[in-house]
Amino acid sequence: MCFTQSFWALLVSGIENGSIYALVALGYTLVYGVLHLINFAHSEVFMSGAFGGLFVVDAVVGGPPSSGLSSAGLIALGTIAGAFFGAVAAFVLERVAYRPLRRRNAPPLAFLISAIGASFFLYNLAGKEFGTNPISVPQIYDEHPWFHLFGAPVLNTYVIIVVVALTMLVALDRVITRTRLGRGIRAVAQDAETASLLGVDIDRVIVTTFVLGGLLGGAGGFLYGMAINVSFNMGFIPGLKAFTAAVLGGIGNVRGAVVGGFLLGIVESLGVSCVSSSWQNTIAFSVLVVVLMFRPTGILGERLGRAA
Amino acid sequence: MTVAAEKQPAVDRDVCIEVSNVTLRFGGVTSLADAGLSLRRGEVLAVIGPNGAGKTSLFNCLTGVYRPQEGNVLYRSRGGREVSLLDRKPHQICRLGVARTFQNIRLFAALTAFENVKIGAEIRQRTGPIGAMLGMPWVRRAERVSDEHAHDLLAFVGVQHRSNIIASALAYGEQRRLEIARALATDPEVLLLDEPAAGTNPAEKRDLESLINRINKELGVTVLLIEHDMRLVMSVAMNVVVLNFGRVIASGTPAEVQGDPAVVEAYLGTPADGGDGDAAPR
Amino acid sequence: MTTLSAVARRARWWNHARVRRIGAYVFAGIVVALVTGPGGSEGHYSNGLRHGLLAPRVIPFIVGGLVVWAAVELGGRQLYRVRPLVTTVVSGSQRRWQSPVVRLVSYGLLLVVAIVYPMHISEFWRVVAANEIAIYVLLAIGLNVVIGFAGLLDLGYIAFFAIGAYATAYFTGRLPIHAPFTLNPFLVIPLAIGLALISGVILGFPTLRLRGDYLAIVTLGFGEIVYEFAKNQQGITTGSAGVFNIPHFSIHLLDINYDWGLPSLPYYYVSLGFIVVVMFLFSRLENSRVGRAWTAIREDEVAAAATGVATLKYKLMAFAIGASTSGLAGVLFASKVGSITPDAFTLQYSILVLVLVIFGGMGSIAGVALGAAVLTWLPELLRTHVNPQNRFIYFGMLIIIMMIFRPQGLLPSRRRAREIRFAEAGLEGADALGPTPGSGLTS
Repeated sequence: MCFTQSFWALLVSGIENGSIYALVALGYTLVYGVLHLINFAHSEVFMSGAFGGLFVVDAVVGGPPSSGLSSAGLIALGTIAGAFFGAVAAFVLERVAYRPLRRRNAPPLAFLISAIGASFFLYNLAGKEFGTNPISVPQIYDEHPWFHLFGAPVLNTYVIIVVVALTMLVALDRVITRTRLGRGIRAVAQDAETASLLGVDIDRVIVTTFVLGGLLGGAGGFLYGMAINVSFNMGFIPGLKAFTAAVLGGIGNVRGAVVGGFLLGIVESLGVSCVSSSWQNTIAFSVLVVVLMFRPTGILGERLGRAA
Repeated sequence: MTVAAEKQPAVDRDVCIEVSNVTLRFGGVTSLADAGLSLRRGEVLAVIGPNGAGKTSLFNCLTGVYRPQEGNVLYRSRGGREVSLLDRKPHQICRLGVARTFQNIRLFAALTAFENVKIGAEIRQRTGPIGAMLGMPWVRRAERVSDEHAHDLLAFVGVQHRSNIIASALAYGEQRRLEIARALATDPEVLLLDEPAAGTNPAEKRDLESLINRINKELGVTVLLIEHDMRLVMSVAMNVVVLNFGRVIASGTPAEVQGDPAVVEAYLGTPADGGDGDAAPR
Repeated sequence: MTTLSAVARRARWWNHARVRRIGAYVFAGIVVALVTGPGGSEGHYSNGLRHGLLAPRVIPFIVGGLVVWAAVELGGRQLYRVRPLVTTVVSGSQRRWQSPVVRLVSYGLLLVVAIVYPMHISEFWRVVAANEIAIYVLLAIGLNVVIGFAGLLDLGYIAFFAIGAYATAYFTGRLPIHAPFTLNPFLVIPLAIGLALISGVILGFPTLRLRGDYLAIVTLGFGEIVYEFAKNQQGITTGSAGVFNIPHFSIHLLDINYDWGLPSLPYYYVSLGFIVVVMFLFSRLENSRVGRAWTAIREDEVAAAATGVATLKYKLMAFAIGASTSGLAGVLFASKVGSITPDAFTLQYSILVLVLVIFGGMGSIAGVALGAAVLTWLPELLRTHVNPQNRFIYFGMLIIIMMIFRPQGLLPSRRRAREIRFAEAGLEGADALGPTPGSGLTS
């Protein structure tokens, strides 16, 4: 049975999920742009951000929220902490799992394996350190419907997540299109060799690209954790879906990742209402396979350089 | 595409590759514009032209690497079978009897010279994984056949004394010849050579000249050659086709082409002509 | 790259390479402290971190990191003096290794040890040998065909193992859905191999045209689909409850009646037999037309296709052969252990097998078999000191370290090692993945 809930309610939750997918998808797309490789450990960057935000919020928060203002402050704090820890994780990842291989000019398979190793390590380490049970983020605001869209209640959580995500997406787009750093990233994405001959410090561009992806992914991790919960294996499924979103929009294409993220979120939300939820992940993987097989360049086409 | 093919008059049976009205574009860049040529069985045909004229693109259209937007490429095998090369994958085209070498030598660098040639020599064999695992007698027989073939070809191109050397350790000229041997090992009717003389020294060029002649005469292989070295072209080619900006601007015997004013202009004309590398964007 | 500011940056003392490396060693020390520290599964989620990074605990590790730094930076030159000696010894032994007689004798000796030694060990180690070492060695040898020979990254490999195991359960009548006939697990083997092979072809046919990293993701997705199917479809697979009482192997032929039953040793010998046969067959395959075609594809797919090698067909072949080996291991596992649960078939185990292959040296059958045996045995040996649950953490570290320092593995295949060297020198690819990341990406 399709659309047992109202169409609008499904759409709203699809947009909420989609904004998180978009944040995470950008991490895949950015790194793909400069390295032409999937960063297999990005899902663990997401998880690191969630735990970082959780730790900070947990340390700060004493009791239930006193006012709307302090709630907003805590959400901002958690998001920033998530972004920070995500960025740190991505930075360390680049240093440990990617840079030594780039120095040696290793074949691509080595990069993939090394990233898988890093992901495997972080995943299992988190499982050991934080236990395997899901942990909820302390309540930092009262969840309630903010307004109604054609009769569908729109929770404030949804509004917060979408607003924060959109802010970050716009900021990133600005960085990529307007700044010197963004020019460097685009230059490396188009032709690393020429860029380096023209004086672009490739190492620096690559590490900042990882950090940018980590900022977005980490923030996405916290938002996701806030809406659902935080656990060592939280990165796997959203990571895969975000990757699907990135491919859907055209991997390497920044605006494509955003479009793909929202699209996947909405399609999934509407689609899952048609079948049992135990098939949810299977559907997502099937979408991935179909997209990869029939349109591997995505909706907007590949290439970071062309995106902006 | 088919319309263009039908327009062609019934070509004589000597032609083994007929390229007609081929147009290939990459985004906004037109690499080949309405290009055509016919390769007669048994001849050595050279394709010349300034850098970026579309020579390698033409090869890539013939070997299934690129698919042109318009035009047709017909191949007529010795057995009289007539097929279009456009809808086929590179390995199928090779098996049909059109082998090639690459402008920037592409050997299997970590394998020995012998193994490189052997891979070419055994592509038509029918032995499968199960026979190989069980070491069946017919597999051994097939191995012996391809061993022998590979040895013969190494001797034919003159690198038999280096057969157990890793391909990337060979001298540059030897690598060129090894690549030719690998292509010959697939038993081709037509051999496409992409700038075989690039980067070789005068002595190696002379060897190459005689090698191409021997491939043509002794093995009876039709040769389509891209080459910049005019001396080599003049001495081995029976006919020449000149490409510029993806168009055929002249064709005929070497002497005829040499005197053609359009050709002279293409080479010596406006300086902006030869700026880019060979149009082979990936 | 060398702007003026970069030159100026380099001049500062704290930008000196040697000083900068201190950070790396301290960081490594902290990571080791965390990894070896207590877990946080009980009580508050932050317990693990708090106790792991408590000052008295972490300081020795940081100091240790500094000591290692000092030893490497100050005494490292001594190591370079030892190096030629090591190279001579290694290359000497490698030369000897190339002699077929030496090789044959060593394999023979190893086989004798593998046969005789388990007779003299405790039942605990026999269980380890039959349930884990033998199974993982077989799995690793199979994955080696896919990743080592054909250069394809398959992250859904364990799904075929699951298919083999569930096929055993199905054909022995232990699933909620019943087979039209029930069989002895022995007779399931060919069926399971065929089933895994067919699934490999079904998965591979549409996906093997994809680029290598996409293939990795798609196979991962496939592995996950199989896992979720096993977990969620109670009506078909019994779901997460698992399947029990899968019968043991038995032979009833003429006058011979033998039942494998509970003891591990007979199972171990069956598995060993399969391993020896598979190793023998695969090494023949490696040196055949098929193996050479795989090498050609791995090194330069465009050139291979231009030389007439049907690339898709050979990739598919590697995929199917790997899958069927995995399926065979699944039957052995299901019948020996007698019960299966979906949790034995998660992505974790696909990656685990990948680790085993990389450790031994992808492409080298003997290396992979030995590496897999060692890496499966070690966590059990260290059981009292290290929680075996944590082996995945160490294996994750191991993969990264191997990729940084010894990507060709411990006992590499000569061809593979050469390829990696050439790839690093910018000569060739060493996998079916295209150019090296971060250098000349679009040319």
